[in-house]
Amino acid sequence: MEASQFKSDQYVRFCPGCGDHAICAALQQAMAKIGVPTYNTVVISGIGCSSRMPHYLNTYGFNTIHGRGGAIATGVKTSHPELTVWQMSGDGDCLAIGGNHFIHEIRRNVDLNLCLFNNRIYGLTKGQYSPTSPKGFVSKSSPFGTVERPFIPAELVMGARGTFFARTLDVDMPTTVDCMVKAQEHKGASVIECLVNCVIFNNGTHNWIADRETRAEHSILLKHGEKMIFGANKDKGLALDYSAGIMPKLIVVPADDPRVLVHDAKMEDPTLHRMLALMGQEKFTDVLNAEIQPELPVALGVIRDVEAETYNDAVNNQIEEVRGKSKAKTFDELCMTLEHWDM
Amino acid sequence: MQKQNVVVKFCGDSGDGMQLTGNMFSSLSAILGNEISTLPDYPAEIRAPQGTLGGVSGFQINLGAGVYTPGDKADVLVAMNAAALKVCTLGSKFNVPGAKFNEADCTYKKNAVIVIDTDSFGEKDLEKALYQTRQMEEVFVELGIPESVQIVPVAITQLTKESLKDSGMDNKSILKSRNMFALGIVCWLFNRPIDKAIHFLEGKFAKKPALIAPNVKVLTDGYNYGNNTAMNINTINVEVSEDLQHGTYTSIAGNKATAWGLIAAAHKCGKRLFLGSYPITPATDIMHELAGRKDMGVMVVQAEDEIAGVCTAIGASFAGDLACTSTSGPGLSLKSEAVGLAVMAELPLVIIDVQRGGPSTGLPTKTEQTDLLQAVYGRNGECPAVVIAASTSANCFQYAFEACKIAVENMTPVILMTDTYLANGTGLWRMPKLAELPEIKPQSVPAELKGKYSVSLRDENSIRYWATPGMEGYEHRNIGLERDSLKGSISTNPENHEKMVKARQAKVDQVVNKIPELRVQGNADSDTLLIGWGSTEGHLHAAANELNCALAHFNYINPLPKNTAEVIKRYKKVIVCELNNGQFATLLRSKVQGVEFKQYNEIMGQPFAVERIVEAVKNL
Repeated sequence: MEASQFKSDQYVRFCPGCGDHAICAALQQAMAKIGVPTYNTVVISGIGCSSRMPHYLNTYGFNTIHGRGGAIATGVKTSHPELTVWQMSGDGDCLAIGGNHFIHEIRRNVDLNLCLFNNRIYGLTKGQYSPTSPKGFVSKSSPFGTVERPFIPAELVMGARGTFFARTLDVDMPTTVDCMVKAQEHKGASVIECLVNCVIFNNGTHNWIADRETRAEHSILLKHGEKMIFGANKDKGLALDYSAGIMPKLIVVPADDPRVLVHDAKMEDPTLHRMLALMGQEKFTDVLNAEIQPELPVALGVIRDVEAETYNDAVNNQIEEVRGKSKAKTFDELCMTLEHWDM
Repeated sequence: MQKQNVVVKFCGDSGDGMQLTGNMFSSLSAILGNEISTLPDYPAEIRAPQGTLGGVSGFQINLGAGVYTPGDKADVLVAMNAAALKVCTLGSKFNVPGAKFNEADCTYKKNAVIVIDTDSFGEKDLEKALYQTRQMEEVFVELGIPESVQIVPVAITQLTKESLKDSGMDNKSILKSRNMFALGIVCWLFNRPIDKAIHFLEGKFAKKPALIAPNVKVLTDGYNYGNNTAMNINTINVEVSEDLQHGTYTSIAGNKATAWGLIAAAHKCGKRLFLGSYPITPATDIMHELAGRKDMGVMVVQAEDEIAGVCTAIGASFAGDLACTSTSGPGLSLKSEAVGLAVMAELPLVIIDVQRGGPSTGLPTKTEQTDLLQAVYGRNGECPAVVIAASTSANCFQYAFEACKIAVENMTPVILMTDTYLANGTGLWRMPKLAELPEIKPQSVPAELKGKYSVSLRDENSIRYWATPGMEGYEHRNIGLERDSLKGSISTNPENHEKMVKARQAKVDQVVNKIPELRVQGNADSDTLLIGWGSTEGHLHAAANELNCALAHFNYINPLPKNTAEVIKRYKKVIVCELNNGQFATLLRSKVQGVEFKQYNEIMGQPFAVERIVEAVKNL
């Protein structure tokens, strides 16, 4: 299929320069690669800039209410597991007002693909701090800087026993498309944290890794089964240092060091996935210390991708199983199972 | 002694099995041809300390012919312990120190028969129930129970122990069977054939066969005790109903009837039933029932909160299921934004509100009609939804079915109002065959719209078409934002918004053409008209009969039946009776001009009492 088949007739109203344009284009490419017909694809969203996405995709779509996309998507996928379900959400929609639905759809492992657009700001309400804004961040609702500790989305996903987590950048189209395709291949709740730039209210928030100049040094693209190598000259690798204390620690070593790790996204135990996902996050959690220079690169790509039974399968299988065993199949037969008498 | 109908109340500690006993007795009576209406009344605490006033649990049954309510006061009371006797005697004043029998508060009649378990009136029992005296004989004086009440003392505990001494059961299990001894006595008192009762018990314990023999033994011994001892009371014969339509009957609680109405509707329209819900008293039994009905293909999602309950249902509706959510008042508040989404997206959705005492957490186990205006108006924006109300435990089935029919045929959310009284009470239900029930024709999109579909397209009744994912050529984006009246895309155009508000209103308004007209019950030629809605129908019907006046009872709240104003204007004196502060009266005043609506209201968390209505109406 072609990406153009997934474009709707609607004019795309994201601000010029907004990272959401890139994610929109990546989605259309990924959907074409995946090849599920437009009529079997459903895109659910809540409220926010990113939640406008369904309007720009020529599939079935439902732009719902603030924070509730996860619950509505759960209803769609559970009742109709044959559909491919995507959810579009932002850091406010998903992690603030919709936080409860977010952790529960992950816990249940509903088979859907969730694009979590993280720009660390409320855009559509014009510039308030969000649950992922760095501490000390100055915004319209935090004129003296926020005093709140932010969420790191990956920690929430793994804390909710998530089975798939990927991270990508708006400016890195190939990785974004690849993460989306892998999310679709994964059975269960697949969260793709899309780091997007808000040109109006939070311009440059991801520059540490988004800048072409420094991206290769400040980030690492993880690929299942491949060595964890990064740097402009591919000269650095990641290894575990067991000498640091009780807990092993991730460290940067030369690329030819025999200790360089091979990425295993399929590992059941999330400990290392969590460590990888947390790399370099101090750059985004504490704005007051602008001089901070994380030692470890920010992980991009598919960090975790493990299998577990999906909620939609479990629910539907149980119904089939009970129906198969039950004697009463129709409403009239059901009535006869009650204590009854004729008068 | 022959009676038209008799009110029996079983009352004891919440661990004494009074609900089971009451349910068994009511089903047994129904099988024998009596009309029944029941009222369970149990404490909010799951297990209050045994023998205390707070732990008293009761179950009242009215049986006979011409039964409309569970009865105001009991003719026969079974009091399993001292606390139960006190609570039944003093009513709402049970915890007022020094309170004595007072006819208004007492829950049984002046000439009632009271069976008491004398083994539960020991020193400790009396102390726990906060009596002054420690002597059983002085209890009746302390409570001021009049001479006209006939006390029948039976050593139920001792006799139960005696009955089961060779059963090999442990003491605790033996004590749990006391209720069966009491049931045996009551069966004798009402001339219920013991073999029917035994047969019923065997059905009840079919899954625990070990329990059948001991329970049958205790029941039979209780029956024989009544029969053989010189019990100084006359047995009672209750009239068999002659008004019942021919058919197959069962007794059913309102919540179960609601659940089954939804199932029947789903099977009738060929859609899968989806329930998204969150536990909340007193609605949870609907979810329990449906979770157990996977054999009927029902899908239940127990969501993470009330909002997710309704939102999963909206998702299922978007995808083409018959989708419902069940809740009570606080949950309806939480769901209101999402109900607004369903109104805006014009998706079918059934919201069941089993009302309880409010506001806030209020009185979770008590009954009230205080969510009416919330259901009709409690959403942001111009947000019309259909609102209907069931009026008996059994007709919860009919109105649940009707709610589904209206929802999928008119592409609108429908709020079905029931309440604690209907939900937990049971009534006689004639089981319909699926084929007898009205057709349901969902507003499916016609094939000629393939490739041209828009979410805004409507038929001549202003009803949009339902196209669901998986259908090729109908891809569309639905929204909670205002949409263009033709293209369906986001629109902020002022004229378009007004047009859309009116289109959504017109769609709900035209439902009036699909609902029955208002019917006058009682003496239609009287000057006085009682008006009620929802669960009070039985009480108001009985009151109207006693007052020889007319009654207009509403099951359809929004829209109101077409002839509402015409009917009301026929009467000189119009009295709206509700278990709230006058919400339906307020609604009627805004819809029907030039009528003086008088009000009779009770807000005590209890159903009406017929005699209180009669008294109040006489004085209005």
